[in-house]
Amino acid sequence: MKSVSRAVRAFGLFWWDFLVGDTPELLIAVVLLVVLALLLRHHHDIAIVLLPAMTVLFLLVSTFRGRQRDGNRGDPPT
Amino acid sequence: MSTSSTVVLVLAVFGASTVEMVEALTIVVAAGVTRSWRSSLEGAAAAAGVLAIIVLAVGVPLIHYVPINALRVVVGALLLVLGLSWLRKSILRASGHKPLHDEDAIFAATAAELATPGSSSPAPKRRDAIGFSVAFKGVFLEGMEVVLIVVSLGASQHRLGIAAVAAGAAALVVAAVGALVAKQLSQVPENTIKLAVGIMLTSFGLFWVGEGAGAHWPGSDAAIIVLIGIFFLVTAGSIAWLRTLQPSVRLEPSDAVVPERVDE
Repeated sequence: MKSVSRAVRAFGLFWWDFLVGDTPELLIAVVLLVVLALLLRHHHDIAIVLLPAMTVLFLLVSTFRGRQRDGNRGDPPT
Repeated sequence: MSTSSTVVLVLAVFGASTVEMVEALTIVVAAGVTRSWRSSLEGAAAAAGVLAIIVLAVGVPLIHYVPINALRVVVGALLLVLGLSWLRKSILRASGHKPLHDEDAIFAATAAELATPGSSSPAPKRRDAIGFSVAFKGVFLEGMEVVLIVVSLGASQHRLGIAAVAAGAAALVVAAVGALVAKQLSQVPENTIKLAVGIMLTSFGLFWVGEGAGAHWPGSDAAIIVLIGIFFLVTAGSIAWLRTLQPSVRLEPSDAVVPERVDE
């Protein structure tokens, strides 16, 4: 019984770490992209431009956020 | 499915597997050197077997029973999460804003942990539970992301067999290279491979999310190549731009000694 609960916990932790981890904004971004894709399914011309553009935007925001966060954590006090 | 997207699929799976297997091999070698080679290799083989069973148990039903468009949206979303996460991390590392993944440091840390005075050191050829479990855990955890990629890409394109073979080939290549140059794992350009795979996974993910939702990409599968080009340019531009900024994290040698997470 103990080993089953440990396995379930490890499984849950894997998915949490995989989907959320230290970049919860990426999960939110992907959910938004899926919603956007579903909303624009009848507007192909807009979808094929907007989906890559939004993905690039989310990537840049998350990367910049990562840089700032690491900076706040790692910069020595001046 | 066109030849070009099959080639990209094979490259993406092979690259992802190479990165993860290098990380797994570091742990297996550390367990082998400090505990017992026999137990370490048995643990790695057992984990590889379990992962293969998971691919069959999850991948085959997905292909046969889940509607293809729903599958593509879910798979695309998972690939996007993984691809964007790898891409972000690789950009920060390539531009000097995050310490590089250091296999030598991981090897040293794992070996030191396994060789602590309190833990009993078995004879090299005997079976050792600690060596077995450390190697099993390392290969299993690193391999889970590979399984996810193999099942996702394979199932969404009905190319599970090719994806699994590409992953297996990568594992064999890494194992062969590891056997020859076991102490030079740090020479593998891990961040570059991770960056390339991140671009491919993000492109595939976005393509499948759009396709599954009902949007039609111009040129069908050829759009994947265009998306790869877009993300490559964005990545190169981001790295170049971030390099002009002062690193916000001080990259001292001590940063590399303790990895933030072994499986990254």
